[in-house]
Amino acid sequence: MKEIFKALGNVVIKMPQGFYVTFKHLFKKPVTLDYPRKKKPMAPRYRGKHYLERYDDGTERCVCCGLCAAACPADAIYMEPEETEKGERKARVYEINLLRCIFCGFCEEACPEEAIFLGQEYEFSADDRNKFIWTKEDMLVPHPRKDNPFKKILRRVRKVYGTPEATR
Amino acid sequence: MLEMILITAVKVFMVLSAVLTACAYSTYLERKVVAHMQHRVGPLYAGPYGLLQPLADAVKLAFKEDLVPDNVERVTYALAPVASFVPAILIFAVVPFSNGFTWFGYDIPGVISDLNIGVLYIFAMTSLGVYGIVLAGWSSPSKYSMMGAIRSSAQMISYEISYGLSIIGILIIGNTLSLTEIVAQQAAESWVFFGNWYIVKQPLGFLLYITCAIAETNRAPFDLPEAESELVGGYHTEYSSMRFSMFFIAEYAYMLGVAAVGATLFLGGWNGPFLPPVIWFLIKVFLFMFLYIWLRATFPRFRYDQLMQFGWKVLFPLAIANTMGTAVWVVLSGQ
Repeated sequence: MKEIFKALGNVVIKMPQGFYVTFKHLFKKPVTLDYPRKKKPMAPRYRGKHYLERYDDGTERCVCCGLCAAACPADAIYMEPEETEKGERKARVYEINLLRCIFCGFCEEACPEEAIFLGQEYEFSADDRNKFIWTKEDMLVPHPRKDNPFKKILRRVRKVYGTPEATR
Repeated sequence: MLEMILITAVKVFMVLSAVLTACAYSTYLERKVVAHMQHRVGPLYAGPYGLLQPLADAVKLAFKEDLVPDNVERVTYALAPVASFVPAILIFAVVPFSNGFTWFGYDIPGVISDLNIGVLYIFAMTSLGVYGIVLAGWSSPSKYSMMGAIRSSAQMISYEISYGLSIIGILIIGNTLSLTEIVAQQAAESWVFFGNWYIVKQPLGFLLYITCAIAETNRAPFDLPEAESELVGGYHTEYSSMRFSMFFIAEYAYMLGVAAVGATLFLGGWNGPFLPPVIWFLIKVFLFMFLYIWLRATFPRFRYDQLMQFGWKVLFPLAIANTMGTAVWVVLSGQ
């Protein structure tokens, strides 16, 4: 007898409460993101795929000093220097091995030329291990860059040493 | 004679295709409603709003490999999906979906077969469904299937009596077993169009019917025979491809059948103002189906002993009390 009244009480009082909760949630906005079609905006300090910055006139900022490679705890950066016709240092080869990189951002902190930054892109799957080695061409931003630089660059103009214009 | 056969054949074809389509889209409805109740979006990619998802599912199931495990009892194994599927479809033979109409000089009743023992027939058919489940569990060489089958039979014994008794009240008041007559008794007499529906005279019977019907069709929160979280897939663990899809369709056909019978017995069948009778019937079936899905999204599964206790100690006495009360009331009011 007790069980019967308990069950009837549940049907009359408790069950409508439960039904109300689920019915209320039926009209709420789903939290699912329609991922490949829409992407979530990443956090401002997100550390994604690296990119190499340029000066406003289009020359590369990287002078191949090797500080990023020295700072890299995963030993993922390899570079070889060369000289330009003006006698400046630049990188002939600059490679980052994604399979080693831990996206710590130390290279970005170490860089004295504000050349390397960790960007927003996070989709880098590939079907070949060799595709995970990014070369300079993969990472350099296009010259007349389409979007504004995401990270704030302090020094926008190149310091030119050893030329008559610089000494004047 | 020939034209009667032709008319019946056309009606059978129409009802069958409608039922199978409704089964397919019940899965879509269920996935969408449950998804939105859980802040998800449900099927979205196949067609606009994922509307072609049932079709994609059907194609996928049809092209899958029909895997038969070792050590099965082959005859029983092959028979079980059929035994589950056929009675589910047969329910719709006696459900009146519309009023009769005259077409090209022929009187066409809105039911495939106006059986004078329709209610009895329906309850026979719904009870046959458990054989498919028990045979599937028996023939499969898996302990999970066996557990599902045993649970199903125990559940069936616990609920079948209350299920039968829940509608005795209607039979006492209506004094008939024909579904067409029961619908005719619920026709509107005044502007209160639901005044004669049996849900008004038998509210307790309606609650009992819903509860037992959900247990009868093995749906949440009484889905112990297939209990995914404990028994993998329950009785259909060892089935794949079309055989599995037959179980799947059978489950939804049972739901639809029980919903249609509930709408006929308690909600006045096709009776209703303004809209055509078929539309009213479909609305009522939809409400039942929505309740099924809503319940699944809301409540967790019963424990096995709780289910037995609930069936025997709560539902059964309530069903008897309802029957007795109705009988006393009918006698005293002198109807």
